[in-house]
Amino acid sequence: MTLNAIWFWILGGMLIAYSVLDGYDLGVGSIYLWVAKSDDERRTALNAIGPVWNGNEVWLLAAGGMLVVSFPKVYASGFSGFYLALMLVLWFLILRGVSIEFRSKLESPLWRSLFDAGFWLGSFAIALLLGVALGNVLRGLPVGADGTFAGSFAFTLNPYALLTGLLSLTTLAWHGANYLRIKTEGPLQERSRTWSARLYFLVLTLAVLATIITFWVSPTVAANYHRYPVAWAFPLLALLGLSWGFRSRQAGRERWAFRGSIVTIAGLLGAAAMTVYPNLLYSTVSPGYSLTIYNAASSQHALRAALLANVVGMIGVILYTSYVHRTFSGKVHIGDHGY
Amino acid sequence: MDVAVFAHRIQFAFTVMFHYLFPILTMGLGFFIALLSTLEILKNDPRYGAAARFWAKIFTINFALGVVTGIPLEFEFGTNWSRFSAYGGGVFGQTLPLEGVYAFFLESGFLGLFLFGHGKVSRGVHWLAGMGVAVGSLLSGYFIVATNAWMQHPVGYAVDANGTLRLTSFWEVMLNPFAGWQYLHTINGALLTAAYAIGAAGAYYVLSGRHPEFGRLSLKIAVIAGVILSLTQAFPTGDMNSRNVTDYQPVKLAAMEGLLTTQPNAPLAIIGMPDPATARLIDPLYVPGLLSYLAYGNSRASVKGLDAYPKDVLPPIELTYYSYHIMVGLGTLFIAQMLLGLFLLWRRKLESSRWFLWTLMLAIPFPYIANEAGWTATEVGRQPWLVYGLLKTPAGTSPTVASGETIFTMLGFAGIYALLAFLFVFLVGRIIVQGPDEASSH
Repeated sequence: MTLNAIWFWILGGMLIAYSVLDGYDLGVGSIYLWVAKSDDERRTALNAIGPVWNGNEVWLLAAGGMLVVSFPKVYASGFSGFYLALMLVLWFLILRGVSIEFRSKLESPLWRSLFDAGFWLGSFAIALLLGVALGNVLRGLPVGADGTFAGSFAFTLNPYALLTGLLSLTTLAWHGANYLRIKTEGPLQERSRTWSARLYFLVLTLAVLATIITFWVSPTVAANYHRYPVAWAFPLLALLGLSWGFRSRQAGRERWAFRGSIVTIAGLLGAAAMTVYPNLLYSTVSPGYSLTIYNAASSQHALRAALLANVVGMIGVILYTSYVHRTFSGKVHIGDHGY
Repeated sequence: MDVAVFAHRIQFAFTVMFHYLFPILTMGLGFFIALLSTLEILKNDPRYGAAARFWAKIFTINFALGVVTGIPLEFEFGTNWSRFSAYGGGVFGQTLPLEGVYAFFLESGFLGLFLFGHGKVSRGVHWLAGMGVAVGSLLSGYFIVATNAWMQHPVGYAVDANGTLRLTSFWEVMLNPFAGWQYLHTINGALLTAAYAIGAAGAYYVLSGRHPEFGRLSLKIAVIAGVILSLTQAFPTGDMNSRNVTDYQPVKLAAMEGLLTTQPNAPLAIIGMPDPATARLIDPLYVPGLLSYLAYGNSRASVKGLDAYPKDVLPPIELTYYSYHIMVGLGTLFIAQMLLGLFLLWRRKLESSRWFLWTLMLAIPFPYIANEAGWTATEVGRQPWLVYGLLKTPAGTSPTVASGETIFTMLGFAGIYALLAFLFVFLVGRIIVQGPDEASSH
């Protein structure tokens, strides 16, 4: 495998890790208003993600930095092309982060309601918009000869991208409900289970629908899945996750439900990566204008240096992130510390 | 100037300056919280633990705002400065993910452990988590300063046939000679700001007669740390940083010092208003020969003035000059104020000198202004270059983003950040009014 391909899969892996980790706290936020009703329940839900949500978000930042160093032209073209959409994502990230941290600082019910709504809206919008962005990448973009494109709102919010956005939103919401099933007890856990079961069927329907339509919409998917038969492993992985999800709808199977949504997310994103490989931004103007892992990459020396520097660091990150997650495993209780 | 370029520059300047208000305190306070936690264990004195918990409350709010206002900056390299990223991403981008990988993960993971870990981890692990937060905060500064240092003094690259840059040495980028002193000067400024924050809170409690014991402890820590830090801010960190500017960016030095004409025995302008039209300082106060001495160790050395350079490589002179002089002037006042504080502490008059406590409490905005002014001199003084000597600022913008889009998002950031500033002042003010004991329950 070439260094360029290794970097493609590192970025893919970072995106999967981000979606699995920040995915559950985005998911908790997306259903938070309906799953957690009383103030104590809301504090419990927030404490369930409290010690880890910020670290989870760092995966997105680190992935962004890795994109700059490995495929700078893709970062430049993609980020400036989706200018307004990304600015909206930023503003929702601000709203969400502030809402989580500030909500429980005052006793006032009005203050808390305000930031409850902020946490929900920010999480909901980000979960949706991440899927919209991915849909646009799968569908191909009007990348010109100079490697840039201007993605207007009307263009960005096309029906296919909205479908992948909905799939992203429901999958992460399902994942979040599964996380709350593990972390909570009593009525909150029971409501999370109901939501998980409901969302499961939405995820299943949308995943199947999006897969079929992708074969119709994506200019690269058919050739890729023909050329690399191993790519089918990812849709099968997603199916495996969905089957675990089906079997674990009843109470008492929380861990399998959560494993199910993790594997589903990994499978879906892996399948998406195989849809575009080795393109990063496929040009619908002319395939020759596409930004690929070869023509958009940094020099081999830069890729090698960055690989070494980041892999060494990530080993440490994985070790102590696991330690932090292990420390906070088990049911969460509200007390003197936390939200 | 082109409206689109101006809009990109204003948005970046605004978002980075607002963001930086928070890391200043995060980087500085992380160290002091770790220090207080260590003193609690070493001296077996719960007062230090109470102080650590009090500052951790403020740290948390400050950290949250630092995070949410920091993410836009990483995006803006691509959204607003896409040609810059495409041009040099493989070189300057080396340090960007490392900030996340080696610092932010550490900082956020251990902050979670530090804030939520009571009763779940042992006292030793809890102490280690506090150290992890401090180390993560201090490290994050290095990677981002190294990125900036590369823009000030690009190293470890070669120009490719297609005009973009290619990495030739990772370690040259990581260990850029410009980065070391710039980093130490930056971190020192952050630590000094934290010392001022602790001192201002201490002064407030002693003056108001509430939590006087906590107030006295805070004052003592602030004055002792403040004397050391205000001195190291000037020597060696500030002085060595200036020498790097002298060596690598002499035109910036001339603009910072307001040296309009080349001359031997160059004077140091203490005050005065530069007038580029007539090439002179209005109402100046000079120390003859001192600039030559500081720059070259010889008071008779000739120092190049702004007239020695072509007009198209001159930075905006007034803004560079004033921001630099504001920084140096405030830095000098910090030394004087902290030395006075130390004298009063030695004579056991610190707590009874109410006039001094008032000045210490009201001084809190000024270290922030000095930090921001220093960065303004660094960044405005780098103009017209985005990458010094290689890429001019207008050549780095995003070609597909219209000026109207940037003006819209700039207004959006202005509105959102005004709300954030209001929330920050409200919540931190509330914690300070509640005081150290009550602040731990909510």
